[in-house]
Amino acid sequence: MSSRLPRASELGLIGCHVCGLVCRDNDLDEAACPRCGSPLHRRKHASYIRTWALLIAAFLLYIPANLLPIMRTVSVGDVDDNTILSGVIELWVKGSPDLAVIVFTASIVVPMLKFFAMTTLLVSAHRRSGWAQRQRAKLYRLVELIGYWSMLDVFVVALLTALVQFGLLSLVEPLPGVVFFGLTVVLTMLASMSFDPRLIWDSRDTHD
Amino acid sequence: MTAPLMICEHCDTVYQRRELVCGEVARCVRCDAVLERYHRFSVSSMLALVLTALVVFVQANVWPIVTLGLNGQLVSTRLWGTIVMMWNDHSQVVAVLAAATLFFFPLGKMLLLGWVLWFARKGQRAPGFRWAMLALHHIKPWTMSEVFVLGALVAIVKAHVYFDVIPNAGIFAYAVMMLLITVFAGIDLRKLWDMTAERAA
Repeated sequence: MSSRLPRASELGLIGCHVCGLVCRDNDLDEAACPRCGSPLHRRKHASYIRTWALLIAAFLLYIPANLLPIMRTVSVGDVDDNTILSGVIELWVKGSPDLAVIVFTASIVVPMLKFFAMTTLLVSAHRRSGWAQRQRAKLYRLVELIGYWSMLDVFVVALLTALVQFGLLSLVEPLPGVVFFGLTVVLTMLASMSFDPRLIWDSRDTHD
Repeated sequence: MTAPLMICEHCDTVYQRRELVCGEVARCVRCDAVLERYHRFSVSSMLALVLTALVVFVQANVWPIVTLGLNGQLVSTRLWGTIVMMWNDHSQVVAVLAAATLFFFPLGKMLLLGWVLWFARKGQRAPGFRWAMLALHHIKPWTMSEVFVLGALVAIVKAHVYFDVIPNAGIFAYAVMMLLITVFAGIDLRKLWDMTAERAA
C-alpha cells in the first residue's frame, strides 16, 4: 500500500529540512530555500561517507573510553581508579542498583546500540534493501532520541570532581577516559545526524 | 504559494496538509514518524513558558546545587564551579562540552525563542527572525540540562556513601527546568514560519 504514496523526489519537490517549506526541485546544485535560505538537497550531502567516518572515529575513541579510568578517588592515601564499568559495579554494590542500571544503560547499552544500529542502517540502506523498512526507520528515530543521554557519566564525574574537594582527606579527579567518552558521545551524535533516514526508503522496488 | 503540502522529513513522502483538531497527531503512513501535532499552546503561553524557564535557569545557576560535608568541612558547587574545576583538572574538553550543552546552548535557546515569540505574538517576524530560527534549529539537539539533572542524582547517590549530602535549592530549580524543557521541547518551531508568513518583514 505504502508504495503508492508519492515521494517528493518523484514529484520534483524538495522539503526544506530547516523550515519545512515544500519547494520545487530546480535541478540546481546549490539551490537554497526561498523562505529560510538554507541549502536544499534531495538527500543529505555525502551521507554514507560522513556517517561511516564519524561512526568509525567514535568507535575508535570508545575503546580508550572504556579501557582507561574515568575518575580517581583519593582518600587518606588510598587511591582508587574507576573505569565506566567498575563505576557501575561500585554503584550497584554500595549505592543503589536502580541507578546502576540507569548508568549502565546510558554509558554502555546506548553507545553499543548506536554502533550496532547505525552500522545496520548504513549497510542495509547502502544495499537498497527493502527489509523491515518501518522498523529501521523507527530504530533511527530511537537512536536520535536517546543518543545524548550517554553524556550522563561525563556530568557525574564533573560534579563529583567539583564536590569532593576535602584536601588530604578526600579528593576526586577526572582521568583521560572521561574525555574520550565525551568525545565518543559527540561523534556518535554527529554520525546519527549526518545519516539521512530517507535513504532507508530509496530501495530498489520504490525506485524501479 | 502552492497547495498546502508537507513532506515527511524521515522518508520524503508528500502529504496534503489539513488542520488538526485538539489532541490529534498526524503520522506518516509510510514510516510512522510524527508529521505534525496539534498545538495546545498559543504563542503567548509559549512565551510565558519560556520566560518562566529563563527565571528558573537563572536560579539554577545562581544557587548552589549540592553541598557535601566531611568532618564538619563543607563544599558546595554550582554549574560554573563544576565547569571551571574540569578546566583546571586537565579535562578542558569536558569543560567546553559542559559549558556549551548546559549553559550557552540552553540559554541561547531560551533567549532566541523568547525574542522570536515576543514578535510572533503580534504576528510579526522579529528582526533577525531567519537567523534566530536557523540558530534554534542547529542548537536543538545540543541542550542537555535534563541529562545533568539525572547526573546530579547519580552523583548524590555515589557521594552519599562517604559524605553527608545536603541538596541545595539549585537542584530543585534544575528539576523544575527539566520539566519546563520537556514541555517546550514539543513545540514545533516550523509553525512559526507559517504563523508569521503574511506580514513578513
